[in-house]
Amino acid sequence: MTGPALETRALAIGYQRRGRPDNILARELNLSLWRGQLIGLLGPNGIGKSTLLRTLAGMRKPISGQVLLGDAEIAAFSPGELARRLSLVLTAAAQPNLMNGYALVALGRHPHTDWIGRLRHQDRAAIVRALAAVGAQDLAERPVAELSDGQRQKLMIARALAQESAIMLLDEPTAYLDLPRRVETMQLLKRIAHSAGRAILVSTHELDLALRSCNRLWLMSEEGIAAGAPEDLALDGRLGATFQADGIHFNQLRGTFAPDPPPGPAVSLSGEGTPLIWMRRALERSGYTVGNGAAAVNISLRPNGKVATWQLKINGGSSSHRLIQDVLDALEGQKK
Amino acid sequence: MTGQSAGRPALRDRARADAAAGPAFADAILGLIAWRQILDRREFAGARPILLLFLPFLLLLLLLLSLALGSASIPLDQILSVLLDGKADQIAWTNIVLKFRLPKTVTAILAGMALGVSGLLMQTYFRNPLAEPFVLGVSSGASLGVALVVLTAGGVGGALLAGLGLAGDLLLTVAAGLGAACTMILVMMVALRVQSSVTLLILGLMFGYLVAALVSLLLYFAIPERIQAYINWTFGSFSGVTTEQLPILALIVAAGLLLSAALVKPLNALLLGEEYALSLGMRPSLTRFGIVLATALLVSAVTAFCGPIAFLGIAVPHLCRGLLGSADHRLLLPGTMLTGACIALCASIIAEMPGNNLVLPLNVVTALLGAPVVMLVVLRKVRGIS
Repeated sequence: MTGPALETRALAIGYQRRGRPDNILARELNLSLWRGQLIGLLGPNGIGKSTLLRTLAGMRKPISGQVLLGDAEIAAFSPGELARRLSLVLTAAAQPNLMNGYALVALGRHPHTDWIGRLRHQDRAAIVRALAAVGAQDLAERPVAELSDGQRQKLMIARALAQESAIMLLDEPTAYLDLPRRVETMQLLKRIAHSAGRAILVSTHELDLALRSCNRLWLMSEEGIAAGAPEDLALDGRLGATFQADGIHFNQLRGTFAPDPPPGPAVSLSGEGTPLIWMRRALERSGYTVGNGAAAVNISLRPNGKVATWQLKINGGSSSHRLIQDVLDALEGQKK
Repeated sequence: MTGQSAGRPALRDRARADAAAGPAFADAILGLIAWRQILDRREFAGARPILLLFLPFLLLLLLLLSLALGSASIPLDQILSVLLDGKADQIAWTNIVLKFRLPKTVTAILAGMALGVSGLLMQTYFRNPLAEPFVLGVSSGASLGVALVVLTAGGVGGALLAGLGLAGDLLLTVAAGLGAACTMILVMMVALRVQSSVTLLILGLMFGYLVAALVSLLLYFAIPERIQAYINWTFGSFSGVTTEQLPILALIVAAGLLLSAALVKPLNALLLGEEYALSLGMRPSLTRFGIVLATALLVSAVTAFCGPIAFLGIAVPHLCRGLLGSADHRLLLPGTMLTGACIALCASIIAEMPGNNLVLPLNVVTALLGAPVVMLVVLRKVRGIS
């Protein structure tokens, strides 16, 4: 494998409209997707992530430019050939009735089987491998309609795996999942990309997760797509610029977006350990400006045997509290 | 693999055995038919493909009953001698069986198969449990053709309509066939242009309303006798097809069924929705064209020869899914053919009111008989899940 699995040349995407100028969402895109890579596609809502994915999947025609799979343009492939090279997972997992997990994954073998979908030995092996790769062996005999969203999405990914395509495109596959399932899914995709040598492009709103698991990010904004290692994009400020909005800023230190702190009363915080991080968050959330220097209000963490206590000093007065909530209540009482 | 060689003798011994036999029996049967190689056991865990093997026996039984029962009952051994030797003890029996009951029975089987399968195609393609063969508007087109002939025909039509056996009237068949064919061409042209199945569904439904309005207009200005004649056509009947016309119906239905069989793989892919089906390599326009053409062939042939037979098309696929416990079209296609044929035969037998000269309208019977059955199946399925 010398070249990229998928490449775009001067690609413009968008909607063609009758009698009006085309609605172009992005132009001059020169992107490449390599085997063994997990690429995260990030960008604000409505910027055209889904349109890009569908254009790359050959389901939507480019306004101009090319999408290349290997040497040939995507339009040159028959639907069957294309399905052997490229698979797709969408936000909402399908909810077919009267179908078990195995049969759902078996649908991924369609591009490889005959006119009636007969499974040969190698097809069964591919299905079993795909089920094992996502850890869904126990779902094989269960009706898909009875599974949770997370379990169904796992099967949908297994189905895409069973398709044995070099490229996998996923459109916000974690949107309906709970947090642990989101982490699990991204780790799974990372593992698949690395061990099975697939080229995986996943669009997501999970910035934190994408920063931790993707090899590269494609940041989509009005200006186009910025590609690079997640850390580089965070450092040079492009990550922050992409999601620029009033009242929100990108905290480079923590790698997260947070609301701009309102100019609240100053509080100084001192001490050591994990509880301090959470106290800082609680204070910021409640509208205080947290600093280390002198302030009218001073909060410090005192190790007191096994249980730490918070020491609150306000205008000379002093009190100690066990819970963060107690400290917040005391501060609130002081304001009045 | 071993199931195939060991399966044959085992099957013969046990074919007439209890239907509730264990998995070994199921294995033997699955091994016997070549499906063992088509159907992967794990793919159908939880389904009951075994039922497909009992339905042909049920169909055979109903076929014999349909030949035997009617205003005059004919003994079963006499039916068999007509079928095998070409004549019964009484020449009247031979005539009744060969000239009336056999064409009617074969028509019922063909119509049941056609409507069941076209209902399945529509429900899968539109991903809507309420879709039925008539959503494309083909039967509306047929009804407009018939309404034009019956309600506006001059002296010739009046003379033709004077006699009984209205549904068998060739003129009506031709009118309905022309109406259906015109609609079919229209729908095909639309199907080639629109991209979304929802658009096609709405266009089909709107076309149906449009045509219904035209028919109402014709009814409004028609004289009562003509209206009665039109209403008689809408009741539906399997008895109108003559032995000479039967091959035409059979040929069109066979073509429609063959086309449907070629579509099982894209139909299965469509269970995941259109986008997933595309990503699995489905050819969108070819599939849409195939589904619409198959449905149009099946529905227009049946409607032209039997009138608008309600209910079968929507109910049979649900019944079949409930019975087989599977959504896989490799099971559902033969399943809907067999269940459709069985239900159509049941309805036909009951409509004749055996031992009585009374004949009920077919559409009354299909709904009265079928609706409670489907309700039961659906309710049982719901209970089974929760």
